[in-house]
Amino acid sequence: MFPSRIWRESKHRYRLEAGKCKKCGKIVFPYRLICPECGDREFEKIILPDTGKLMSYTVIRVAPSQFTDQAPYAVGIADLGDGVKLLAQIADCDVEKIKVGMDVRIEFRRIQTDAHHGVLSYGYKFVPKWY
Amino acid sequence: MRDVAVVGVGINKFGELWNHSLRDLYVEAALAAIDNAGVDHLDSMTIGCMTSGLFVGQEHLGSLLADYLGQKNLAASRVESACASGGLAFRNAYIEVASGMSDIVMAGGVEKMTDISGDGATYALAAAADQEYEVFHGATFPGLYALMAVAHMEKYGTTREMLSAVAVKNHHNGAMNPYAQYPFEVTRETVESSVMVASPLRILDCSPITDGAAAVILTTVDIAKKLGKPIIKVIGSGHATDAIALHSRDDITTLNATTEAAAQAFKMAGKTIKDVDFAEVHDCFTIAEIVVMESLGLYPPGKAGEAVVKGETALEGSFPINTSGGLKSKGHPVGATGVAQIVELVKQLRGEAENGRQLTNSPKIGMAQNMGGSGGSTLVHILEVA
Repeated sequence: MFPSRIWRESKHRYRLEAGKCKKCGKIVFPYRLICPECGDREFEKIILPDTGKLMSYTVIRVAPSQFTDQAPYAVGIADLGDGVKLLAQIADCDVEKIKVGMDVRIEFRRIQTDAHHGVLSYGYKFVPKWY
Repeated sequence: MRDVAVVGVGINKFGELWNHSLRDLYVEAALAAIDNAGVDHLDSMTIGCMTSGLFVGQEHLGSLLADYLGQKNLAASRVESACASGGLAFRNAYIEVASGMSDIVMAGGVEKMTDISGDGATYALAAAADQEYEVFHGATFPGLYALMAVAHMEKYGTTREMLSAVAVKNHHNGAMNPYAQYPFEVTRETVESSVMVASPLRILDCSPITDGAAAVILTTVDIAKKLGKPIIKVIGSGHATDAIALHSRDDITTLNATTEAAAQAFKMAGKTIKDVDFAEVHDCFTIAEIVVMESLGLYPPGKAGEAVVKGETALEGSFPINTSGGLKSKGHPVGATGVAQIVELVKQLRGEAENGRQLTNSPKIGMAQNMGGSGGSTLVHILEVA
């Protein structure tokens, strides 16, 4: 993975920067040029909340090569409220204890290591609140 | 718009075909379709292929495959909509004939998936998901469908037994398909003790990695009559997209693109789901067949799994689904799948399905649902025997 590809997503992945449509209030993450709800093109920059509720999850046991050292690992979709949902890994927990509906914090973590280009990528992961 | 019929079908035996290159696969199926139709030329050709570039490093398929098919200077192109590329090729060919632009058009599909490692294939297939906001985080395709499965189980009480019933049924049908990659029966116990891939989905909940191709010939009903072929008319076609990332959709227990594409196809055909006798649907994972059945309006949300367990979608059931064995048993060469579904509809409507899987109630109307990625694109087609 080339550094530029990671760098250009960093404001979303590091700071959870999103856009809020000035006309209808729809929140888009990552940033977009046109609102998928109302078609307006003006957005206000906002920061997403750092908590959410888990809507679904899976424990991945057959992993792509850049994630095999982490397997088995859990991936889930969390609802952050206001119509915003994210997909991320669920870290720092016993995967057997994950449940739909549990509260998670969104924390800054290392996501993957690309041995070929020597690039480390960072972003967000979910961490169960009871830890 | 002119009335359009499918007059020829061709398919090769799906599998891990080390002796076959991408071009060998395609030309074999394409020649079978030409022979089956009895046409003496093609006016154009459209080929569905998801990612030959990642699988074998080959793009520019329209020209390559027209050349190897012996079609000098043919207007040939390749279309892509992930695992729905074949369905999209069929729709584009249909539109081309219906519009009057061309009279005899081949819609084909091909994927050569076993020239790279399993990890390479996982990488190539993941190109159908959102690279930056799904794949980046470690999501895999089984993982995305597993997220749909868990959400469906939470909301509707869908069970492990229901998922297994899809695999058992499709392998039962596929065991009678001489073109299937895995033509054998599986039991519920085998499915439920197979290796876990992404909970709750096990390896026998997943469609396989497959080399394969399929092709069909479309022409006007008038030319079809002159060819002396059974008239299998295309009466409905629908095509819709949805957000590619699962988390960008309001509800992951349903597939909006499937509902929308089906609505378009039904409206065009002047039919409802009740008029359809059987269907081929995109069972890339067992949960997919259940969610698709509900999204097509065949069963209310949360009711499809139980219907599979009861045998309502078996060969002898009230609405047979995936008589070919589906992607699960027949195999899933991604770009070819949508065309292979049409091949099965035509065989059933002609009364030519092999080895005892022919529906015995003389089906009149069949439907194919083919989707890309985790449901970010869907093609629905309805065929009727005249």
